[in-house]
This record gives sequence, structure tokens and C-alpha cells, in this order.
Amino acid sequence: MSGRQPVLTMTAISKSFPGVRALDGVDFRLFPGEVHALMGENGAGKSTLIKVLTGVYGNDAGVISLAGQQVSFSGPMQAAAAGVSTVYQEVNLCANLSVAENIFIGREPRTLGAIRWGEMRRRARDLLVKLDLHIDVTQLLGTYSLAVQQMVAIARAIDIQARVLILDEPTSSLDATEVEQLFRIMRQLRDEGIAIIFVTHFLDQVYGIADRITVLRNGRLVGEYPTAELPQLALVEKMIGKELDVLESLDEHAKRDLAAIEANTPFLQAEELGRKGSVVPFSLTIHAGEVVGLAGLLGSGRTEVARLLFGADRADHGKVAVDGKPTSLRNPIAAIGHDIAFCSENRRTEGLVGELSVRENIILAMQAARGWLRPIPRRRQDELVDKYVKALSIRPADPEIPVRNLSGGNQQKVLLARWLITEPRLLILDEPTRGIDVGAKAEIQKLVVQLSDGGMAVLFISAELEEVLRLSHKIAVMRDRQLVTELANDHTVDADRVMQTIASGTHHEGPEA
Amino acid sequence: MSTSKARWAAVTGHSLFWPVVALIALLVANTIYRPGFLSVEMKDGHLYGSLIDILRLAAPLILVGLGMTLVIATGGIDLSVGSVCAISGAIACLHISQQPDQNALGGVLVALALGVGLSLVLGVWNGALVSIIGIQPIIATLILMVAGRGLAQLITEGQIITINSEPYKAVGVGYLLTLPLAIFIAAGVALVVAAVTRRTALGMIIESVGGNAEASRLAGIRSGRITFLVYVISAVCAGIAGFMITANVSSADGNAAGLWIELDAILAVVIGGTSLAGGRFSLGGTILGALLIQTLTTTVYAMNISPQTSLLFKAVVVIAVCLIQAPAFRARFARRRPAAPAAPTAADQPKEQVPA
Repeated sequence: MSGRQPVLTMTAISKSFPGVRALDGVDFRLFPGEVHALMGENGAGKSTLIKVLTGVYGNDAGVISLAGQQVSFSGPMQAAAAGVSTVYQEVNLCANLSVAENIFIGREPRTLGAIRWGEMRRRARDLLVKLDLHIDVTQLLGTYSLAVQQMVAIARAIDIQARVLILDEPTSSLDATEVEQLFRIMRQLRDEGIAIIFVTHFLDQVYGIADRITVLRNGRLVGEYPTAELPQLALVEKMIGKELDVLESLDEHAKRDLAAIEANTPFLQAEELGRKGSVVPFSLTIHAGEVVGLAGLLGSGRTEVARLLFGADRADHGKVAVDGKPTSLRNPIAAIGHDIAFCSENRRTEGLVGELSVRENIILAMQAARGWLRPIPRRRQDELVDKYVKALSIRPADPEIPVRNLSGGNQQKVLLARWLITEPRLLILDEPTRGIDVGAKAEIQKLVVQLSDGGMAVLFISAELEEVLRLSHKIAVMRDRQLVTELANDHTVDADRVMQTIASGTHHEGPEA
Repeated sequence: MSTSKARWAAVTGHSLFWPVVALIALLVANTIYRPGFLSVEMKDGHLYGSLIDILRLAAPLILVGLGMTLVIATGGIDLSVGSVCAISGAIACLHISQQPDQNALGGVLVALALGVGLSLVLGVWNGALVSIIGIQPIIATLILMVAGRGLAQLITEGQIITINSEPYKAVGVGYLLTLPLAIFIAAGVALVVAAVTRRTALGMIIESVGGNAEASRLAGIRSGRITFLVYVISAVCAGIAGFMITANVSSADGNAAGLWIELDAILAVVIGGTSLAGGRFSLGGTILGALLIQTLTTTVYAMNISPQTSLLFKAVVVIAVCLIQAPAFRARFARRRPAAPAAPTAADQPKEQVPA
């Protein structure tokens, strides 16, 4: 790499917001034909650096040069025109337009103002074939999976003759095969000489694809490292700035005697519970103090299982018993009545009310259970909220700011706090650690262990197998909307075995459709 | 120096800053045009003056606006309030007109009870259409907006019912403790609505349903009941406003009573800083918005602007206030100024708080 000239250098970049030094003299180099991971916790300055680069923010100090020329972009459009394209975390395309329209929106091939549709479709098709994606470009984008949408966003970005491609957490909503497909395309683009900045929270992915890593912490540069020379644990330590032993100690938790927990009376027994078009009837038993992991690819029916158990969707098949007594979980209110709590994977759309304050979001479920006529006294609210803001170290620790101003990890903690104050007996966590930083992830994992030790039953859904293996006593594997098997998480189980089960779908009993 | 600057920024950034400025500007303009505008004098133990008139005439709009605020906060809208005004006024006047002694207090009280009761039923109708049947609010209330005028005509048998009842007239133009009774009624209802929403958890739950309906459902909120309730509250507020409107002229006109008041009410709510998308609401803001609109109406009359152009004049002012209130619009004209100070370190700083 040393012989070549960097395509992009950012030197001594500083950026302050009122009261915050978001970037403090950060240097960043990017070479053609490399995948460069930009790592750091939430708030470390990754997004700010990218926004300074693409001209969303002006920088207070420092110099940016692209291919030897000093540049200063007025905004993402100008940056894209100069060859610096960005694909954001949330796919920001229009689901109600066709694939081709999405790729060429704003720069359609025209004759006298009229769009040349044929040429547009042909060029879109060619572009996607280059990315090994064979889809009908005249279909609405919304009819394709998130992964395909992500690819379309990338196709759009590289068609603008990109020299630098910025991928801001492109994988957070993709499953393993989709990530592999994305990586294949990233490698292909890299080999064509495009420089890729890759922002992600998934450490495994960094080691799977990145050539070099730049670590930021608290707005400062920690260092730039070749991936091969930075072991994973060292990376985590550089990101959070302290030794990380929390995760290690958790490993012991799961490998405990499952028999002791199974001897407890079951808290919840679902028998052939199912819903047409959503999930094939499944049976699942959860005991007090048990962590049941739900593994499977994205779209394999994990969320649907959770929604049935919480009454978010209504089951049309099967029976449920809580504490051994038959009951019906026909709506969330019924489930909450049985002390079941559900943290949805979609924090923004199904979890939090963005414009309400942290305090109001935390007390919402408890207040709903009491009814509006019996408000929780303000002093009691403050006590509860203070306690959980401290216990979960929610930052910033001001309970009166709107919850939408919090980072993803802190929003997740607010959602957790909402349910913890209701003292549930079964806590359903759907992807509680997705898109949040390493520190917060460890805290949430630790919390799950503490809660289950305290007798709470937990249904833990995650796309990250390591996490499921670390925490669960028992792992239920989902495949194609079927619960194919349950594995006791003893020493014989590891990620490979779970992966094989997901892939092969070997199951000891096939529930009827 | 910087603290006073920050304080100034906090004042100008407040959602009600521009409506207050507009209100003051209107009052100043009126005073320049008519120096006696601000004077309030005491006659026969009653206070008289343009300011008092504005308060009195704004009372029905304030009432309708309060109910509308709650409906809009849930993400809905109630187009039927004008018709509800007409219906409740019509039924009250009809009952009074049938009394042998129209000045008997008992008869008037029964008339008021009838009006409130009928409004309640109409609110239940709206609430049921929206929350039980699940019709979009704008369509569901459009039904009563149109059909309600017919219902009011049916009650008055197509005539304008004229009454001669001092106690009923008092609702519109009577005085209590030197001030118009209507002001006390509006203030009283405002206090009740404020207490019901802010002393209980109703306000927060309404904001939660309006802010994110699905998240609220999954948090165990019975959002159907809340939605139902706000339409009932809105109709009752409109019903009381209907008494004032008909009492002002001592007659019930099924066609004219409360005509277009839903538009003024929606405007008052929006000027008051409550988003039409639902969520956070401000009752005080709505009252301010209603006062602004009434001041505008009074100004139009006082300045002898011809009735044909008065609506246009009103529209221009309202657009100006709404635009200047929108942060996106202001940002185009103001140079970027640092926002309020935030947390001390970058690590503590959530991304979204960084100004774009």
C-alpha cells in the first residue's frame, strides 16, 4: 500500500458543535482499491467525519484532499459529482418508485425534458448485472427485500462514477447470506480500484472484509491499523478505551445445567401455536429463569414467533398456557396482563414514541396498565426513571429530553427500562443489540444474565449467533417460518452446529403446515 | 453577554414566540389606526372596549379549538364541529321557543342539557366511526359535517328560530363580575380540559397515540378508547360553543351557525404549535391561536376592509404566521446560529442532537 498515493486524505479535521468537540484533529487516509473500516462507539465521531467529508457539515479546521486536489464540498450532491458517494444505514430510496427510477432519480437520461425510459431501464439492468443482481428493474423497489434495496442503493452510488464509496452501516438489516452477497460486490468494486469506507458495528464483518481499520474515540483518532495486525479483542479495547472483561465472564453463564431450570414449573407453554401466512404452528416452553435463544436467518419467522407470544399478532391455531393455566394471548394487553413484555426490533416504529421524553417513554407501559385516570405520581415517576437511567447508564442522563435525540443504544435501553419497571416475568427481546455499539451491547447482555438469574424468563432473538450462544440455556432454531429444532446449549453446541441446523433444516419432528 | 444571548435564543425559539409577536403587531396596528383601540372603560358596572369584545367573540372559537386540539393530537381531525354547533344551538333554541315563559331559568337549563346531551351523542357517533369502524377521521367527520347541517335544518324545520330569553342570551352577551360571561365559560372549560388532560395521564397517552400509534398499542395502551374519547370531548366543546353563537343573536339558523368554524379552529390549533401529524399538543397555544384569529377578524371589520377581501386578508396573515413558525422556513432566512448548549463531551453526545 505504501507505494501508492492515497485517493483521499483528511488532515487535522476538527469540528465543534455547541458544547461538544465532535472531531478533534482527526487524520484519515484512504487508498484506492481498499476496504477501510471506520470503527468507534456511538458518538466517537464516525458519522461526523463522514458528514464533514461529504459536505453535510463544514469543518472548523483541517484540509480534505481528493486525488491530490484540495476540496471542500457544499453538500452530498456535489461530493457525489466529484466521485464521493454515500450509501446510508437506512435505505433512503423511494419504495414506491421502480428500481430503474430509483437508480436514476434526479439524473434521468432525457431528450428535450422527456425521459428516455428505454435507455434508463437498459442502463439500470446493465448496472445491476454488473453487481450480479438479476431483477426486473421495472418493478417497484418496495417489492424487493431490504438486501436487494441496499444493492440498488449501491448501484446508484457507483453509477455516479464513484472513486470513493462510503457504506454507512449497510449490513445492520441484512442476514448472513445477504451480507455475503454484499461483500462479494464490495470485493469486486475494490478490485476495480474503488476505495470503500465501511462503517459497521459488526466486528466479524470487519475481519471478513476490511483491509485496514481506523479507530476513533471521543472525536479523536486512536490509530490506523492493517486488519491482520489488530486482533479483535485489541480492537474492542481501542474502541472503548478500557479492558473488556465483561463479555468473557458472560461465557460461563449459558453453559450451566439446563436440567435445574427445566425442573422449575414452566412459565409459558405454547402448543402448536401458529398463524396463517406468518409462522407454521410451533411448540415452545419457557421456564422461569431460563434464557431461550431464537436463532435463524432474517425472515425465518423469529419476529413472528415473538409477536404471537406477545399478542401483537393474533394466533389462529394452537393453545397457550401461562403458569400451567390455559389462556389466550389475543392482544398486547392480555399478554401484559400475564406479565409478558416485548421489546420490538423496530425501536422507532414499534417501540418508542420519538417526541415524548425519556421519562414519558419509560413510564408508558406502566401508565397504560394503570389506565389514564390513575396517573403515576410525579415523584414516583422520577424515582423509577432515575433508578433505571442510572442502572442502565442511559446517556444523556436528562430524562426530559425527547427520546428521538438519543443514540440507538440508549434508545434500546429506554425501551428496556419501560418494560423492566413493569417487573415482567417473561421478557421478549427482539434484536436488542442490533445497531448499537460494543459497550452498550455488553451492558445489555450482562443485564439479560442478571435478569434471568433473578428468575425472569427471557426469549432472546438475535441474528448474531455468538450472542445467542453466550446467553441462552436453550436455542430454538427457526428456518423458513418453522421452528425446526431445539438445542440444549451444552458443550456440544457451537456456532457451526447452529449454522448447520439453520442451513440443513434437520429437524426431529416436522410440525404440519 | 452570552447568557442573555442564549436566553434570547430560547425566547425566539419558543413555538409560541411568533404567534405572540403577530398578536402584538396586530394590536399595535389597530392602535395606530384607531388610538382608542386599547382603552377599556367601565359603564354600568360592565367593562367595555375592543379588547373585551375580542375576548368575548373569541370564546366560541376557543371552545371548539380546545376539543380540536385533542383530536388533532391523536392524529385525527374533526370537520363536524361547525354542524355540531348548529345542532346544539338549534335544539336549545327549539326547546326554549316551546316554553310558555322563555325567561324561566329552569327551561333554559333543560335546553342547555338537551344541547350538551345531543352533542355527546354526535361525539359518540364520530368516535365510533373512527375508533370502532376504523374510517379515516377526515371522511368520518365529513359525514356529520354535511349531514349535520341537514339535521339542524330538520330541528328548526327550515326556519330561523328566534327566541326572547334573557337567561339564554346571557350565555352569549351576559356579564359577570364586570366581564362577559362567555369569557368565564371559555376559561372554565379550558381549565377543565387542562385538568382532565394534564392532571391525569390522558394528555400523555393522547400524545403517545398521536406520536406513534403502533408503539402505543404494543405498550398496552387501549388507543381505541382514547380516540373515541377525544371525539366526544370535541363534540361537547362544540355544543357549548353552539349555545354562545346562537345566544349572541338570540336565534338559531341551521345554515349559518358555526359555519366554517372548523377551519378557524384547525388554524388556531396549528398556530398554537400542535402538529397536524399528531403528538405533542398545547392547549395554551390553541387559545392564543384563537385570540389571534379573532383579533384579525375584528381588525378587518374595524379597518373597513371590504367583506369580499377580508377572507383574503386573513389568509395572508395566517400564512405568514404559519410560515414564520416553521423552523425550516426561518432557517432559510436566518444565518445559522448555534443552538442551545448541549452535553459536555462528544461521547455523551447523541448523534441526532448535532445540528444539521
